[in-house]
Amino acid sequence: MGTALDIKIKRANKVYHAGEVLSGVVVISSKDSVQHQGVSLTMEGTVNLQLSAKSVGVFEAFYNSVKPIQIINSTIEMVKPGKFPSGKTEIPFEFPLHAKGNKVLYETYHGVFVNIQPQKGKFTPSPVDFTITPETLQNVKERALLPKFLLRGHLNSTNCVITQPLTGELVVESSEAAIRSVELQLVRVETCGCAEGYARDATEIQNIQIADGDVCRGLSVPIYMVFPRLFTCPTLETTNFKVEFEVNIVVLLHPDHLITENFPLKLCRI
Amino acid sequence: MVDPLSSVLDGTDPLSMFAATADPVALAAATDSSRRKRDRDDNSVVGSDFEPWANKRGEILARYTTTEKLSINLFMGSEKGKAGTATLAMSEKVRTRLEELDDFEEGSQKELLNLTQQDYVNRIEELNQSLKDAWASDQKVKALKIVIQCSKLLSDTSVIQFYPSKFVLITDILDTFGKLVYERIFSMCVDNRSVLPDHFSPENANDTAKETCLNWFFKIASIRELIPRFYVEASILKCNKFLSKTGISECLPRLTCMIRGIGDPLVSVYARAYLCRVGMEVAPHLKETLNKNFFDFLLTFKQIHGDTVQNQLVVQGVELPSYLPLYPPAMDWIFQCISYHAPEALLTEMMERCKKLGNNALLLNSVMSAFRAEFIATRSMDFIGMIKECDESGFPKHLLFRSLGLNLALADPPESDRLQILNEAWKVITKLKNSQDYINCAEVWVEYTCKHFTKREVNTVLADVIKHMTPDRAFEDSYPQLQLIIKKVIAYFHDFSVLFSVEKFLPFLDMFQKESVRVEVCKCIMDAFIKHQQEPTKDPVILNALLHVCKTMHDSVNALTLEDEKRMLSYLINGFIKMVSFGRDFEQQLSFYVESRSMFCNLEPVLVQLIHSVNRLAMETRKLMKGNHSRKTAAFVRACVAYCFITIPSLAGIFTRLNLYLHSGQVALANQCLSQADAFFKAAISLIPEVPKMINIDGKMRPSESFLLEFLCNFFSTLLIVPDHPEHGVLFLVRELLNVIQDYTWEDNSDEKIRIYTCVLHLLSAMSQETYLYHIDKVDSNDSLYGGDSKFLAENNKLCETVMAQILEHLKALAKDEALKRQSSLGLSFFNSILAHGDLRNNKLNQLSVNLWHLAQRHGCADTRTMVKTLEYIKKQSKQPDMTHLTELALRLPLQTRT
Repeated sequence: MGTALDIKIKRANKVYHAGEVLSGVVVISSKDSVQHQGVSLTMEGTVNLQLSAKSVGVFEAFYNSVKPIQIINSTIEMVKPGKFPSGKTEIPFEFPLHAKGNKVLYETYHGVFVNIQPQKGKFTPSPVDFTITPETLQNVKERALLPKFLLRGHLNSTNCVITQPLTGELVVESSEAAIRSVELQLVRVETCGCAEGYARDATEIQNIQIADGDVCRGLSVPIYMVFPRLFTCPTLETTNFKVEFEVNIVVLLHPDHLITENFPLKLCRI
Repeated sequence: MVDPLSSVLDGTDPLSMFAATADPVALAAATDSSRRKRDRDDNSVVGSDFEPWANKRGEILARYTTTEKLSINLFMGSEKGKAGTATLAMSEKVRTRLEELDDFEEGSQKELLNLTQQDYVNRIEELNQSLKDAWASDQKVKALKIVIQCSKLLSDTSVIQFYPSKFVLITDILDTFGKLVYERIFSMCVDNRSVLPDHFSPENANDTAKETCLNWFFKIASIRELIPRFYVEASILKCNKFLSKTGISECLPRLTCMIRGIGDPLVSVYARAYLCRVGMEVAPHLKETLNKNFFDFLLTFKQIHGDTVQNQLVVQGVELPSYLPLYPPAMDWIFQCISYHAPEALLTEMMERCKKLGNNALLLNSVMSAFRAEFIATRSMDFIGMIKECDESGFPKHLLFRSLGLNLALADPPESDRLQILNEAWKVITKLKNSQDYINCAEVWVEYTCKHFTKREVNTVLADVIKHMTPDRAFEDSYPQLQLIIKKVIAYFHDFSVLFSVEKFLPFLDMFQKESVRVEVCKCIMDAFIKHQQEPTKDPVILNALLHVCKTMHDSVNALTLEDEKRMLSYLINGFIKMVSFGRDFEQQLSFYVESRSMFCNLEPVLVQLIHSVNRLAMETRKLMKGNHSRKTAAFVRACVAYCFITIPSLAGIFTRLNLYLHSGQVALANQCLSQADAFFKAAISLIPEVPKMINIDGKMRPSESFLLEFLCNFFSTLLIVPDHPEHGVLFLVRELLNVIQDYTWEDNSDEKIRIYTCVLHLLSAMSQETYLYHIDKVDSNDSLYGGDSKFLAENNKLCETVMAQILEHLKALAKDEALKRQSSLGLSFFNSILAHGDLRNNKLNQLSVNLWHLAQRHGCADTRTMVKTLEYIKKQSKQPDMTHLTELALRLPLQTRT
C-alpha cells in the first residue's frame, strides 16, 4: 500500500533568517505498518549559477553551467531502522540555520541567474519628478510624426523597500492622440561576470496596467505596484554577479505609438 | 538544466502554491450556516432604511436590454505577452514554453460570438456555476481565472446599451467569489475549540489564515490589466479584516484613486458604483471614500462629452439621449450611498458642485433619484429652475420632471410654492410630443396634484391626459400608466360624490377600451368604494356612475369567465347594492332593486343579494308600520313578495332556491300575505323532487341528503305556524310534503327517510298541542283556527299512525344481518322520540315503546352506556308529578347483561 511522506514547516510564510531555528514535523501516513531502514533529514542550501541561453549558445548553456555552490548542509538522523505503525506518524525536527564556513546566507529568489543577498540594507527615500513630451524622448526616428503630448508625474522614491509598493502619480496634462493604455513594467537586470567577460540579461518580471483607455486630462492617476515576492530580491552587487531592477512607464497612444520612460530602482529590505 | 522561469510555470507559482496548501472546502461548508448568520449581522450595520442593491438588480436587468448580438471572449490561459510590449525582454524559449502551456486544460481561448442576450445571460450563469464548481473541487487557480476573465468583460463597451445589465450579471459572480474567499479564510481561523467572534480583530486570525489572505492579495496585485485587478481586489475587500484593523480604510481610498485610470467614463462610473456597493457592505462608516468617489466622478464628468466617447457612439450608432440614460443606475447608487444619513450641509454642497458643471441634467436626475425626498421637495422651485436651464439635446427633460414628481409624491414642498410648482411642471409636461414620454411623466405628477389640490386641478390634469392620449389611440399603449392614474385619484378622493363630480373622470374611464383593462379599473373603483364609503347613499351622481361601473363588470361575464372571477365581481356588486339606501322612500328603493335585477341577471350571487334586500325591505316596512299594514303598505309589501317570487325561479342552485322560497315564505307570512306564503311553500314542495342525489359543492360532488334533511327540518318548524287554507283540507301542506317525501327516490341503504319521518312525528305532536310553542304576530295558526277541534285531532292522529306504520315497516326491513346495527340505533331513536313527544299513558304506545326497547337490544348491538343513561333518565322523569306512569314503564324495560 502507498505510504505518503510530507514535511511540514511550522512557520506559515516559510521565511527564515540566518541564526534562527527551522522547525517542523515529518508526517508519515500509511494504511499498513511500514518497515524502514531509518529516516534522516538533510537540509541543503545552494547557489546555482547558470549561463543564460541568450548570452551563450544553447549547447554551451548545458555544458558550461557553473557548479552549484553549497552554502548550507546539515543532516540529522530522525528515526533508527524499525517499523512505523499504520496510520499517521508525526516526527518533529529542528535545524539551526548556520552558514557553512565563512559563507553568507543569501535570500532566496528565482531568477534567470539564481541570486541571493545580504540581510540588511539602508533606506533613504529618493523622489523623482518627470515630464514626458515628444522632445524628451530618445530613439525617435521622426519626431515630427509624433502627436503632441505632455505627461507629468513623480515617483515617491526610486529607493524602495521590497515589502512596500512602488508609488507615485502620473498626470496626462494634454495629449493630441487618445491614450490606449499606461503600464508599469518591472524589469530585472542580471549581470554575471567571469574571467571571459560578463553576461547581462534583462527580464520583464511584472507588467501592471495603471490606466486603461483615454483617461481624463489633468487628473492624476496613481502609480502603484506591489513587488512580486518570488521574482524580486533586494538589489545586489557582488564581485561575481549583479541583480538590479528598473521600472518602465509605458504609454500607448492611438493609433500605435509606444512611449517608454525608464527608471532604475534600488530595492532593499529593512 | 533547470530553467527558473519554467519551474515557476510548472506549478510552483504563488497561486498554485497556496492552492496546494489550501485545506479542503469541507471545513468551510461545516461552518457555513453560522457564517451566513454572521454576515447578516454585519449587514445590519446599514439600517433597513437603506434600499439594498438587490432591489435595483431586477430593475436594471429589465430596463437595459438589447437585440444586438453579443460576444464573450474568455482567455483562460496564462497572460501571454499582449501586443508585443510584454515580450520586450522575454527570451524566445520562454515564450514558446508559454505558448505550449496555453493549451493546458482550462487554458484554451474561447471566443463566443453572435450570442443573443439570453444566450449571454445563460453563459454568465454557467460561468458562475463553474466558479462554484471549481472552488468546491479545490481548483482555486481556475476559480481565480474565471473571475479575472469575467471582470475583463466589463472593460468591453461594445453593445453599450447592454452594459448596465452586464455589470449586474458579472458583479454577481464577483460577489460569489468574494464570499467564497472570505468564508474560506474565515474557516481557517476556526480551530477545534472556538469559532471567531462576529467582530473579530486581526489578532484573532491565525498565521495560516493571514498567509493565505496575503497570497490572494499578492496574486491579485500582479493581475496585468487594470479593470480586472480593480474588480477582483474590490470583491475581496472584506478579507482585509484578517490582516489589519486599518486595512479596509487604507484600501478603499487607494481603490478609489485606481479608478481614475479607467478612461471610459461609463466603465469608470460603474466601477465606482461597485466600490461603493462593496464599501457600504463592508464598512458603511467610511463615508470619506464615498464622497471621494463622487467628487472624482464630477472631475471626470466632462469626459462624457469628450471626443473619445462621441467617436465611440458614432461607431455604435447610438444617440446621446439614449447613451446618457445608461448612467443613472450607477450614479443613483453612488448618490444614494452618499446621501444615506448624510448631513444637510453635505447634500447642499454636492448640489452646488453639480450646479457648477455644464449640462448637468444627468447629475440633477441622480440627485433627485437618490437624495431624501424631503430635501428635494423643499427646493422644488430651485430644481425646476435648473431643469429649465438644461440643454435639451442631452438627457431627456421629461425624465427629470418624472424624477422630481416622484420626490413630490413622497414629500411635501413648502405650502406657498405648491401651485407654482404644478404650473411650472405641467407647462413642460403638456408640451411633450411623444405620448409615452408624456404619460410616464404625467402619471407621476397626478399623485402630487391629487395630494395638494382640489377637484378642479385634478379635472384639468385629467382633461390634459385625455387630450394627449386620445389622438391615434395612444392610450392603447399606456394602459398600465392610465390605470395607475386612476388608482392614485381614487386613493386621494374617498368621497365618491366629489370624485364623480370631477367632470373628466368618466370620460377618462372611457379611454380603457380593452375590456380586460376596463374591468380591472372598475374593480379598483368598486373596491375603493366598498372600503371607503361609510354611509349608505342615494346620491344620483354616485348611483348613476357606479351602476355604469358595475354594469361594465357584469357585462364582462361570459361562458369562459372563471368561477373565482364571478365570485369577485359579485362580491363587489353586492357591496355596492348594500350601500344604496333611499331612506324612507321604499318604493324608489324597490324600483332600484328592479333595475339592478335587470342589469345583473347573469350573476347569481347578486340576484340572491337582491332577494335578501327586497325581503329586508318588506320587513323594514312592517317594522315601520309596527305590524299594522295600511292598504298602501300592504300593496307595497305584496309587490316585494311578488318580486321575490318571480326572481327565485331564475336561479340555478337548487338549495339556494329552496332556502329562498322558505325564507321569502316566512317574510310573506310575517307580513300577513297568507296566500303568497302558501304559494312559496307549495313552490318549495314541488321543487323537492328535483333535488339531485349528488350536488356540486366547491368543485366536489357530495351527496345531497344531509342538506335536504336540514332544509326539511327547517321547513317543518315553519309549517307548524302556517294556518290551513280554508279551501284545502286539514294539514294540506303537510300531506303534500309527506307525499313528496314518500315518492322521492332515496338512497338505498339510507335511513334519511325514516329520520325525516321521525321529525314529521315531532311536528304532528307539536300540532296537536292546545297552544303552539310560537306564533307570528297577527297570524292565526291552526291552534286558534281549530281550537283543539276533535276532527282536527283525529286527522292528526291518522297521519301519525300512517307515518309510524312507515317507520315500523322500515325497521322490520332492517332485520338482516348487515343492517342490525342500524336497526338497533333507529329503534332507539324512535323510542326516544316517543318518550319525548308521545303520551305514554296510551297503552298501545306504551307497548310499542317497550317493544322498541327490546328491539334495540335484541342483537346485542346497542351501546350499553346509552341504554343505562336512557333508563336513568326515565326513572328521574318518573319522579316528577304527572309522570308517575313512567315508573311502571321503567320496570318493563330490562337492561341486557353482557354475556
